[in-house]
Parts: sequence; structure tokens; C-alpha cells
Amino acid sequence: MAHASDLIASDIDEYLTSHQYKSLLRFITCGSVDDGKSTLIGRLLYETHLVFEDHLAQLEADSAKVGTQGTDLDFALLLDGLTAEREQGITIDVAYRFFSTERRKFIVADTPGHEQYTRNMVTGASTADAAVLMVDARKGVLTQTRRHSYLVSLLGIKHVVVAINKMDLVDYSHEIYDAICAEYLDFAGRIGLEHVTFIPVSALKGDNITEPSGHTPWYHGPTLMGYLETVPVDDEAKTSPFRMPVQWVNRPNLDFRGFSGRVVGGMVRPGDSIRVLPAGTTSKIDRIVTFDGDLDEAVAGQSVTLTLADEIDASRGDLICAADAPAEVADQFEAHVVWMHEDEMLPGRPYLMKIGTRTVGVTIANPKYRVDVNNLDHLAAHTLELNEIGVCNISLDRAIPFDPYTTNRDTGGFVIIDKLTQNTVGAGLLHFALRRSHNIHWQDVRVDKSARAELNGQQPGVVWFTGLSGSGKSTIANIVEAKLHALGVRTYLLDGDNVRHGLNRDLGFTDADRVENIRRIAEVSALMVDAGIVVLVSFISPFRAERRLARDRVEDGEFIEVHVDTPLDVAEERDPKGLYAKARAGELTNFTGIDSPYEEPEAPEVHIDTTAMTAEQAAEAVIDTLRVRGMIG
Amino acid sequence: MTLEAGRLTHLQRLEAEAIQIMREAAAESERPAMLYSIGKDSSCMLHLARKAFHPSKPPFPLVHVDTTWKFSEMYAFRDATAAEFGLDLIVHQNPECVERGINPFDHGSAMHTDMWKTEGLKQVIDKHRFDLCFGGARRDEEKSRAKERVFSVRSAQHQWDPKRQRPELWQLYNARRSNGETLRVFPISNWTELDVWQYIHLEQIPIVPLYFSAPRPVVDRDGTMIMVDDDRFPLHDGEVPEKKSVRFRTLGCYPLSGAIESDADTLTGIIQEMLLATTSERQGRIIDFDGAGSMEKKKQEGYF
Repeated sequence: MAHASDLIASDIDEYLTSHQYKSLLRFITCGSVDDGKSTLIGRLLYETHLVFEDHLAQLEADSAKVGTQGTDLDFALLLDGLTAEREQGITIDVAYRFFSTERRKFIVADTPGHEQYTRNMVTGASTADAAVLMVDARKGVLTQTRRHSYLVSLLGIKHVVVAINKMDLVDYSHEIYDAICAEYLDFAGRIGLEHVTFIPVSALKGDNITEPSGHTPWYHGPTLMGYLETVPVDDEAKTSPFRMPVQWVNRPNLDFRGFSGRVVGGMVRPGDSIRVLPAGTTSKIDRIVTFDGDLDEAVAGQSVTLTLADEIDASRGDLICAADAPAEVADQFEAHVVWMHEDEMLPGRPYLMKIGTRTVGVTIANPKYRVDVNNLDHLAAHTLELNEIGVCNISLDRAIPFDPYTTNRDTGGFVIIDKLTQNTVGAGLLHFALRRSHNIHWQDVRVDKSARAELNGQQPGVVWFTGLSGSGKSTIANIVEAKLHALGVRTYLLDGDNVRHGLNRDLGFTDADRVENIRRIAEVSALMVDAGIVVLVSFISPFRAERRLARDRVEDGEFIEVHVDTPLDVAEERDPKGLYAKARAGELTNFTGIDSPYEEPEAPEVHIDTTAMTAEQAAEAVIDTLRVRGMIG
Repeated sequence: MTLEAGRLTHLQRLEAEAIQIMREAAAESERPAMLYSIGKDSSCMLHLARKAFHPSKPPFPLVHVDTTWKFSEMYAFRDATAAEFGLDLIVHQNPECVERGINPFDHGSAMHTDMWKTEGLKQVIDKHRFDLCFGGARRDEEKSRAKERVFSVRSAQHQWDPKRQRPELWQLYNARRSNGETLRVFPISNWTELDVWQYIHLEQIPIVPLYFSAPRPVVDRDGTMIMVDDDRFPLHDGEVPEKKSVRFRTLGCYPLSGAIESDADTLTGIIQEMLLATTSERQGRIIDFDGAGSMEKKKQEGYF
């Protein structure tokens, strides 16, 4: 690791001073499996003397054992991290590498080129200032090159360098190089990539990597390293309007109240007028506080603590904006959604969305279309699967401040989180707020739920029966309703089969349709509760997430989940409608318990074991619970 | 560090990123803690934490998973540091190890590390119900760490599953947990060895004096110079520790930390020596020598 080793040896202080003012460039490399991407990064590490002696010894041993370059060093082996991947000879995740020259420190996101790994490339691209696209000179612009270019453009990377690699294998042909440049430029224009630079290289032989190559006298542009050292780093962020999401309210004592966060757009100075969104309150910046003393200004990228001139209310999740150029506020958007999980996206299912420092509830509508990343065609889609990208309308449970992603990555980019597993399952880029988002307001009603409930002389609520087909849900629900009716309780029974004849007759039995089925029933139930009624719902409702959604639509204590628990073999034995027989015969698909899962409730208010009690006893047990819970007198 | 013409240097960008990560993690967890190993990376992390929450104190305790076999200078430095900054310090020693007297001489480095550190860490997390722990691991340290997330999910059994790690985009970190899961958060993931040293230099951050060269009593064990830090060290018959001018590139348990001969007794001297050196940092740590992929295996078992 001896770049400028003479200076290090002779004057370490001078060396450290010169390195103190280096800038930082983050870039990604993308390419197909055999384009030599890992070899290129290995070469960059090697050329900047960042390969230590013990790593080098390991590399020599590994090259001899599993290398693909004969007796030469296989630079790719420097990068493959996890044991399983090393054995398969492929990288399957995003790996970050570091090297530096006298001018810059570099962080490389190494992302795999396989078809199924859009997820990884989008992840790597999200933090990159520049992208290096690898093209094999023998193969030219491939489908995968187009896909990577599309993702680079989608994620808004402004600086793209196309490294036309393996020039040594095409005799450093100027014609081949020119042909590839022309073909690529044509495509780049179609996807809006503006600043594209081409460099003929051989990662293996080292041509045009750090030194201009004698093999390409016809090429007069920068070397790859020269390009990376000089490409401008996100200056745009500083000229955009001021934005800072509040991460943490800093209150060491009663005399100090600061808002800590990282500036993600523009700059700010004491005295600047600001607006706190979504509330819209305004004030002026009083101080910019840091551990190293107050600052005269803070720019995009800095972490600071702001104090305001007025005592206004702001908390984590709020966005502090320039008062004269605030972000928009809305709750419905069109967005690009990239799905990143093996479980497909389910339109209508409630997910969480994290944007800036704010986490809100979100539902995603049916995709308007899915993008074929290979040819940019728009395809019809009902859902998005792992690595698929679509354009969807999304709807939040409250209004948030935002900028379009193309204006500001940090106030327009979001991730989607599954409510149950808490995993990150998708990511998205906001385009614009839907106009209806601005126009639909809650109608202010004068007669409210409690007034209606009072007139009815009862506590409204939902009694939700869930269980396998043939478990006895409807039988028990019918008896419960008869008993409640006899007690003078105003009720309504929503039964799966009946509702599917009307309100939900457009829905089938795929997972996505099941989610929508329950979403509608949850909404109808909530309206009926609002109307002051006790609603009995008898639906298989196989997924926890949707039962959770139904529960969340009403207030605490208004939802009674009844698990009608009948073992599959017993339900199948009963088979009152002959459906299990059909499902087993393959005449019915997506049948719960057979080829579609049933997720048992974890903590139902009532658990009924139908092998141990009669329907009448079960109904009594439900009535008892309603009494205990105060829903009936 | 001062701004130059509105442009951030690489260290300013790394510092701002680490501060953002620390604030995000603290804001989204209920019982955070900072793992503190007394080494230079811990010193750097603690300095960043003080910056992140200034003028407040860092809203979490320091946790030292102790083995009783650290250098005595490390213990002195640890206690003085916690006292100086008024921070809560939780020291945990695996009681089973205390009782059985687990040590590297009789039980070997692998068992010593596993029992004191891996098991001890799990115990202290369970005992205090920490839902998030900051660690000072860096992606440049070792190949299997290059793919580590900044927010890394561990199961209720403290397992790391490389297939279950969450994608991390932009500066958005998912700090949510389900059923007993905990998080390890690595704010200096994107720093290199040189970045840490240069930052310590610029910010004048105190570090344990063992990093600086001084005459110290050492013996040769299989080609590695080990310092005889106290009278628990089992000397061979007739063996007499030799005073040599040595320092340490990484600090751990004294019987497992190899010293190097050096005259570097200043910070710039250390950096100069490091820059001119051609062996990587972790080579001084004996636990890595159990074969390729051993760090990955340790991670799956719950070692940091």
C-alpha cells in the first residue's frame, strides 16, 4: 500500500495534509458474468497497491487452486467473499470495495450481472455517483448491457463510463470499438443517459486502466482511473432547494431544543427562513450546532443540529425545507416500484414505507404496467415478483412531504417493509402526486359513530370467523347471529360465498385476489361498524396480514377474531360442498389447505376446536366472549 | 474539520454518514448499546457518537465484553475514558468462563474466544435486552465483511444468515425487528484502516498507549512476539522475557496479540509505518488463522 511511498517515507505530515482534502467517489460496476468485472476491480486494487502481501500470497495460492487464468494471477479471486460463492465461482450479492489514489477515495459497489439480481444492482446503484458498465469487445452490446443501462438511468446516475473490455482479444481493433460505441449511443439516447464516456480497456492486461495503452494509439481519451479521478461528484445536491429530514430531537436540557439530521439538499445558513412539513409551520434558522462549534453554513451531505428562532413543534420524520421552495405534501402518488423479495407484491396489502426519516402505512394498487428491463417494453401485470419493476399508484395512510425522485433521490426514494417479517421487500421512486390526492377531502360528518351506536343502544364491532373451508364457520356464525338477534342486537352477516356472488364477483382465488377480497370486506365491515352495527364476517381469510388489516380498520376492542379450528383431514372428510374432492382431483386450484396456505391466527380472541364441541356450544362460547368484552350487555 | 469551498472531503463525508447512521439507529431502537472493545476503532466510534448527539450525551451505554485477559493498560484506558465523558459502562464477563478459568493457554485460542467473546456477547445482549448494538467492524477488514450490511439482522438466537440480510438503498436503513430479532449496526462500514488512523490524527482522539512503541517485555511463541503483561503468563523453564521496543497494530487479549518491533512512538509515525507496511491488519490477530472462511463461520455463530 505504497502509493506516493517516497513522500510517506520522507515527509509523513506533508503526505497526510495532501490526503486530507481528497474527495470521495462512489461508483458501481455492472456487467454480465464473463465481462471481467471482478477482474477489473481486482486490477484497480492491485494497481493502487492496495493488495497486501498476505492477501497476495493467498491470491497466488487460490489462483493455482481454483483460478481460471492458468499460471497468471486471477484478480477476480480477490473479491469473491462468501465461501459458497467462491466455490460456485460467482458473486451473488453486493460487495463494497475500497481504494484510493492521491486525488480521491473510491467506494466500489460490485454487483452481479445475473438476470435474477436486479435487486442487488438497484441497491448498489442507489448510492453511486457514477457507473462503470462493462462490455465484452467480442460480444458487443448485449441484452444484459441494456438492462444494466436502464437500471443506471432509472436510479438517476448521471455519469456513465462504458468500459469496452477484452480489447486484447480483438487485436485492439479500432473498428470494433467504434461499432460498439455507435450501437450503445443509440440505445443510451432512448433511455435518457446523457454523459456517456467510452474507454477501450483490457482489465486482464492492464490497458488504459491507469496508463494510456500503446496498443490503442487511436484512442485519445482518459484512462479509466483518470476518468474516475476527475468525474464531478454530486454538485447538483448543493444547488437544489434546502432539505433536511429530522432524525432526532436533541434536548439535553430545558434550554436547548435542536433538530438533528443530515442535509439532503441545498444549503442552509443562520437567518434562513424555513418551513417544517407536513405541518407547514415556518420559522428561521437560529444556529447550526455541531460538536466542533457553530457553523456559518451547512451543505448537502453534512450531519448537523439546527435550532430555530421560534418554539415550533417538529419531530422525527418531519422535513425542514427552504421556506421559498418547500417540498410538496400528498398521500397518493405514481411511483416506480422495484420488488426485492421472493414473496410477490400483493396489491391492496398494507405495507410500511420508509422515506427520509418517516415510516408510514402504504398500499400499492395493481401495477399500471411492468417494465421488461431487457427491451423496455410495457407489459400488463397484476403483481410484481422478485426483481420485477413496475409503475404503480400508491396510497399512504397519511400525507408526507416529498420531491420527485428525479429532483432529489433522498426525498423521492423509499423502501417498502413487510409488516409481519419487518423485512425490506421493495424499493420505489416517487414520480408525482396524483391530482385526486389534492382534491379528496374527508367529508366532515355531524352524526358520528358514537351518536349512531347510542341510538342503536349497542356497542358496534366485528366478529371475524376464520378457518378452513368446511370448518363450520358459517354454521356457527348463523347461530351466533340468531342468538344476537334474539337479544335485540342489530347485526349483519357477511358470508364469503354470498359476497363473492355480488360485491366480489370479479375476484378469483389467486393470492392477489384473496388479498383484495379481504380488503373489500374489511372496508365494508368498518363502514358497518361506523353505522353502529355488530358485523359477523365468515371468510376463510387465510392470511394473517389481511386479518390484521381488518383489525386495524376498527378501533381497539371492536374486533373479535374467532378461529374455527378444524384439522384439514376432518374438514376434508366433512367436505359439505364437495370442494376438497374437486381440489384433490385437480379441478380446483388455489384451494386453501390443499395448494394454497392457511396461516393460523396467533392470538385469536376465541379459539374453537370443532372436534371437541358442537356448533351450538361454539356459538355460546362466542356470545360469552362478546359479553366479557362488553360488546353486548 | 473545516469545509473547503463548500466541498466535503472524503473524511467529512464518512463522518457525516456515520453520524447519520448512529442517529437513525438510536432513534429507531428502544434499548441501544455501543460495543466497546477499547481498540482504536472503538475510540473512533465513541468520538463519532459524542459528535452525533452533541450537545446531548450519547443516549446509550458502552458495553465491554471482557475476557479478563486484556492488557492492563486497556482496562485503565477504558475506565478513564468512561469516567472522562460521563458515560455508562457495562462490563460483562461470562460467569461460566470465570468459574472454569477459561484462558488461551490451557483451552486454546478458539475455545477462549468462543466462550468469552461469542457466548459473553450473547449473554450481555440477552441480560440487558439490548435490541440494537453498535459495532466498529469495517468492510475492508476481511473478505466476508465486504458484503455485510450497515444494519445487520440477527435472529433471536443471535445467528447471522447471509441470505436473510436486507437490501440497503440510498441512506434508508430498515431498523425494524420482529420476534426477538436484534440488530448490529456498523457506522464505520465504509471506512478503511487508513481512514480511521487519519481521522484519529485529525481529531486528536485518545487511543490506548499500546499502539505506540515502547520497551516492553516479550517472549517468542511460534514466531510471534507475545507481551508478558502479568504473572499469569506461563513461562517455559528458564525462559526470561526480553525487553524490546515494540507496539501493537491490533489489540485483543494480550496472549493472542502479536507485537511488532517498531520505533514509531507518535501517531504520524504509526501511520507512516502502516502505509509502508505490506501486511494486512488482521494478520496480527490469531483467531483468523483457523482457515479460509473462518470469519464467516464465526459470524454465523454470533461472533461480531
